[in-house]
Amino acid sequence: MRFFALLVAVFSTLLTAGEIPLAERRSGYEFMSRETRAMQDDEATGPALFSLLDGEALWSRKEGQPGVACASCHASMKGVAVRYPKVESGRAVNLEQQINFCRTGRQKAPAWAYESRELLALTAYVARQSRGMPIAIEWNEATAPFLEAGRAAFNRRQGQLNLSCAQCHDDNWGKRLAGSVIPQAHPTGYPIYRLEWEGVGSLQRRLRNCLAGIRAETLPYGAQELVELEFFLMWRANGMRLETPAVRP
Amino acid sequence: MARVVVNAPKSAKRGEVIEIRTLAGHAMETGFRRTQTGELIPRDIITQLVCTYNGVEVFRAELHPAMAANPLITFTTVATESGTLELKWTGDNGYVATQSASITVV
Repeated sequence: MRFFALLVAVFSTLLTAGEIPLAERRSGYEFMSRETRAMQDDEATGPALFSLLDGEALWSRKEGQPGVACASCHASMKGVAVRYPKVESGRAVNLEQQINFCRTGRQKAPAWAYESRELLALTAYVARQSRGMPIAIEWNEATAPFLEAGRAAFNRRQGQLNLSCAQCHDDNWGKRLAGSVIPQAHPTGYPIYRLEWEGVGSLQRRLRNCLAGIRAETLPYGAQELVELEFFLMWRANGMRLETPAVRP
Repeated sequence: MARVVVNAPKSAKRGEVIEIRTLAGHAMETGFRRTQTGELIPRDIITQLVCTYNGVEVFRAELHPAMAANPLITFTTVATESGTLELKWTGDNGYVATQSASITVV
């Protein structure tokens, strides 16, 4: 019996390669202090409120040459953010990039700079509408190459510290890195209001922080490698509820 | 850009302790930071919040450079009579933001 259990344990380890089973998945929310959780739960005066209000205004603002607003074509964005990134004409595309495609393609307006106030606000406003819905990224023929690339990036040792994402976030979550708890790296609430940033930021900003932390090359905003990593992380968080706009320390 | 939200109960019982939450969108630039070329970024913070309840001051806070951007202040007062809570934030560079909330006391 014991041998059998050991065999099962070994086999399942091989299967999942250190990935976190669904029952053990924890959102970053669960690692936060009571006070920081209260900030996220406070819908009426949460710190990301002004960004959401900006996003709401941008949603119905007529833009570009044809003078159309997002609201001219789209009714509700409910359930959209839990399916991003997705594959669009042979590329992995995240929500920010999709918004910019709409701007340049449909509105004939200039794309917003990555991490600009406008792009973050509109992304947060769109993603907010899926708050509470489970993340639903499909692993299929079209998405597999990007998800595989993202998984490879997640497991690749890099930087002067020669660390992979998995070494912290799969193997050592729940332990401490200096004073901070290492979370499981589930991107459940982006764009987030991060207290350290004193503002709203994207998942790519967070990823670039991590890359700088392990003394690796900080890839430029919008880089395909970052989108693939985002894609994999969202797939890895499948079934978890979206918290946008989350608050993180 | 002065942006403020106030969250206070619409109605309360006489004598009840009510909680007022207010969030101001502000960068709270400390005055200690420098640009990449070494020039000091001038201080730009909110310095004061005053709350009056039907013209009577019930709460006052002084803010200082170490406070985070987008300050959220929560305080309580006793619901005495129906009327208006008026919050006024003031700060550097002529920053003024006012927001009021009406309350019905039964």
